[in-house]
Amino acid sequence: MTTTLRRSSLYVPGNNPSMLINAGIYGADVLVFDLEDAVPFAEKDAARILLRNALSAVRYASAEVVVRINSLSTPFGREDLDVIVPQRPDTIRIPKCETARDVTDVDRAVGELEAASGIERGSIRFMPIIETALGAWNVMEIATACPRVTALNFGAEDYTADIGAIRTKDGTELADLRARMLLAARVAGVQALDSVYSDVADDDGLYEESRRARILGFDGKSVIHPRQIPVVHRAFTPSEKEIAAALRVERGLAEGKRMGVGVVVVDGKMVDAPVLKRARKVLELARAAGALPKEEESSCR
Amino acid sequence: MNSGHENAVPGRGVAGSFESCDALVVVTLPLPLPGGGASASGGVSLHLESPSLAVCGERMRRVALETLRALDVNDADVAISDRGALDCTLAARVETAVRRARASAEVNRP
Repeated sequence: MTTTLRRSSLYVPGNNPSMLINAGIYGADVLVFDLEDAVPFAEKDAARILLRNALSAVRYASAEVVVRINSLSTPFGREDLDVIVPQRPDTIRIPKCETARDVTDVDRAVGELEAASGIERGSIRFMPIIETALGAWNVMEIATACPRVTALNFGAEDYTADIGAIRTKDGTELADLRARMLLAARVAGVQALDSVYSDVADDDGLYEESRRARILGFDGKSVIHPRQIPVVHRAFTPSEKEIAAALRVERGLAEGKRMGVGVVVVDGKMVDAPVLKRARKVLELARAAGALPKEEESSCR
Repeated sequence: MNSGHENAVPGRGVAGSFESCDALVVVTLPLPLPGGGASASGGVSLHLESPSLAVCGERMRRVALETLRALDVNDADVAISDRGALDCTLAARVETAVRRARASAEVNRP
């Protein structure tokens, strides 16, 4: 089993040549080139052409290349797809998803463009963004709308504005959405990615929010500045202590299996199949992040 | 970013900026004559200003001219103020300026 590493998703404004060209040097797992909110209406045409050229000229190493298009309900969304899909981005981030149809409409358009561009049909993946009450209500149908969906995201600012909540530092107002989205993602077998932390100067707050998201089960977090990347990676990468504990669990249960027992005691605690499942997730994530000790590289394959 | 109001001049399109790694491109196309057709072709006039003119000038000129040719632009005044744009950026700014100039000329068709 392989884990797609999406600890950090760096938003990059689509009409900024300097940032487009340098986006790959900061080590983000995912680069989200933004044609939507980061680009004013008058520059949508310029951003689309600039991003097309950048995607065909710049290699972004191992980062997943994602493009956030404008919604198909705007005058810009369809043209974004026409220009960007032939450049074979790994993934399209679909803003303001409220129903399954918001995903299937993009699926149809991308399918036609893949066929016309000689790209294997279905190879471009989707990340729907939940930003409204209706989207949150329908998150399950959105998550399962199409096999292209690979991760769910949410937009905290738009969502809180839509539901009439007060935006707080500890995110109380987002608790229901986070729980709902996480469950839908797990039912659909896709990843769940947390929203941005907009106070770029507050590393401690960012780390704390990221850590809480990981505790809830989230796989990563969007960031708006390169300096946030190492902080988010620290929160979403298993620590040496976690890795060591996971390895002890794996070894303990392997030993138990040899002795014909399904439950063993490790570090004074009962360990059974669900504990092993969690331990394996830690080890898979650690391996994907290159954090596994070399001698253990093969143990969790 | 560019000062968008310059696009309001009929037949003129502006794209890009004076930011680092960008270029500001102004393309002026001949306006269609009343009754159809365009004014007599004067070819492409290209003015290029760049801090790296001595080293990269020829290549930048080639990128701009190839982009114009790909867009079937045979008659235009093009002014480029480069701030260290890569080829892909320069080509994008030229293309955007041409498209905006065409849209502006279309709107102002007599």
